[in-house]
Amino acid sequence: MIEVRNLSKSFKIYHHRKGFWGTFANLFSRKHRIVQAVDNVSFTVTRGEMVGYLGPNGAGKSTTIKMLTGILVPSSGSVTVNGYIPHRQRKENAKRIGVVFGQRSHLWFDLPVQESFELLRRIYRIPQEQYRRNVAMFDELLELGAFFQTPVRQLSLGQRMRADIGAALLHNPDVLFLDEPTIGLDVVAKSRIRQFIAQINTERQVTVVLTTHDLDDVEKLCNRVILIDDARLLFDGELATLRRMLSKERLLSVDYAEDYPDVRVPHAQITHREGTRVQYRFSPEKIRAAELIGTILQKFRIVDIAVQEPDIEELIKTVYEDNLILRKTSKII
Amino acid sequence: MHHLSLYLHFVKLRIRAQMEYRLSFLFELFAQSCIAVIDFFMIAILFARFKQLAGWTLWEVGLLYGMIGICFAFAEMFARGFDLFQDNVVRGEFDTMLIRPLDTFYQVFAHQFLLRRLGRLVQAIVVLLIASSQLAVSWTFAKVAYLLVALVGGTCFFIALAVIGATTCFWTVHSIELINIFTHGGLFMGSYPFSIYRQWFRHFFTFVIPLACVNYFPSLFLLGKSASVGVLIAPFVGCVFLGVAMLFWRWGVLRYQSTGH
Ligand SMILES: Nc1ncnc2c1ncn2[C@@H]1O[C@H](COP(=O)(O)OP(=O)(O)OP(=O)(O)O)[C@@H](O)[C@H]1O
Ligand SMILES: [Mg+2]
Repeated sequence: MIEVRNLSKSFKIYHHRKGFWGTFANLFSRKHRIVQAVDNVSFTVTRGEMVGYLGPNGAGKSTTIKMLTGILVPSSGSVTVNGYIPHRQRKENAKRIGVVFGQRSHLWFDLPVQESFELLRRIYRIPQEQYRRNVAMFDELLELGAFFQTPVRQLSLGQRMRADIGAALLHNPDVLFLDEPTIGLDVVAKSRIRQFIAQINTERQVTVVLTTHDLDDVEKLCNRVILIDDARLLFDGELATLRRMLSKERLLSVDYAEDYPDVRVPHAQITHREGTRVQYRFSPEKIRAAELIGTILQKFRIVDIAVQEPDIEELIKTVYEDNLILRKTSKII
Repeated sequence: MHHLSLYLHFVKLRIRAQMEYRLSFLFELFAQSCIAVIDFFMIAILFARFKQLAGWTLWEVGLLYGMIGICFAFAEMFARGFDLFQDNVVRGEFDTMLIRPLDTFYQVFAHQFLLRRLGRLVQAIVVLLIASSQLAVSWTFAKVAYLLVALVGGTCFFIALAVIGATTCFWTVHSIELINIFTHGGLFMGSYPFSIYRQWFRHFFTFVIPLACVNYFPSLFLLGKSASVGVLIAPFVGCVFLGVAMLFWRWGVLRYQSTGH
């Protein structure tokens, strides 16, 4: 469905001179510096998959999406989506994909949502029957009805995002690209959008590639994650694998019955203490959870105790921080 | 067929948006027409003193003026999207056009429709009609056909300039202003017979930027001053120029860098 091979993109940043002659010279001069935004990235996505494409700010996520959607021409490497080369067969590709950029609406600013949808119906030549069915379904799941007649420029961020997502799916695309679809939304709006994406994915077998900084999105939606940092691929695999690879460390939270002055135990670091509540970090290779708990029970009286895995946010932070370590320990890269 | 009906739909939406501020629309239409009339009076005053300019009478110049005015007004009306294209690029809005299953050239073309150029257009048509009634031109079928083709060619010429200006936006900003020198300068210079200009200047605006083919050469033919091969093919040069501009556009689109957010 999506094939990316050794994909790279570098941007030329031109030096802009000012004034009349400067503008004139800008037309001809080639003075620039180069920013490598995507560097030799390869991956494959099969039909119906839902992939989280993650990385810190400036990693190259949006740039990759733009190459997959035909907005940017790759500097080197190859891309095919549904068998089409996006920048060469841009129009054919466009018919089969849906695109949402959280940062920017693709709707017409001064038109009401309904008229934007009508315009899309004409542009994509969507049959009336399919159009009516889709609008009814999106209205039910995304509750578009409340603002269907409102001009797009007057919509709140959450409303605009819902309208944009609906708009991207009107023509029944096979692949949906979502670049930060939950950015700036509240909890309710986020969960509504997640539910909708999940439903579209299962009911219609739409392949979804999603970038986000909200790891809840990933946990709720994606089995598979691709991590990139500084333009390069760091990890490609199941979320669970990533977790296993990195979760050598565990967390142990204890609620003590008394406020003991010294709660230190061997082989575990205190990461957090708040009155009688203490959090330890330990490595199961050095001490098993059962042993650790045994030691604590011998020394102190407790109210509650729980072992936790670090959450994925922390995992990913570790990956970004010590990406060299990951390179050594993982076979994947 | 699909493209045409979609285009008309876009135009309808544009016109409706411009009509929403009806008073300001009518006012601008009026102001535009006034400016255009004053414009032609300036030339008339010049002629009141000299009677002739390089062997051209007032109404012959009226023909020049009317032709280029019509071409310019049509081009501005239809190709406004290219004039304003710089903002689209700077704000990364061109992204949206690239994800649609339509030709980019078509989309920019359909993006804007400037109805208020109607004032200018009407003024130019009136000048052309008066001038041709005052001139001793016998309007044969061939001449009328020639005139219509020349108007289409001239419109293509000005659209091509706008397209070239828009294309340079893909790698530099503010270049539109540079192209505007040719557009508005061309409109001004083309209102006078070319024979008054220096030779290198005439060559530049014939062979590099074929401004002379918009109205000067066609007028030579219509007024019976010349019927050389160059003058006969002049009406088509604008279309070829637009073809070249469209190729340049295609090449430019591949260099679009979008924005970093
Ligand atoms: N149009 C552009 N022109 C110049 N440089 C760009 C452009 N777009 C992106 N870049 C640069 O390329 C790199 C990758 O940018 P990109 O937008 O792909 O990052 P991202 O992973 O989407 O980040 P974020 O999470 O902040 O959205 C950055 O260094 C950015 O400055
Ligand atoms: Mg981004």
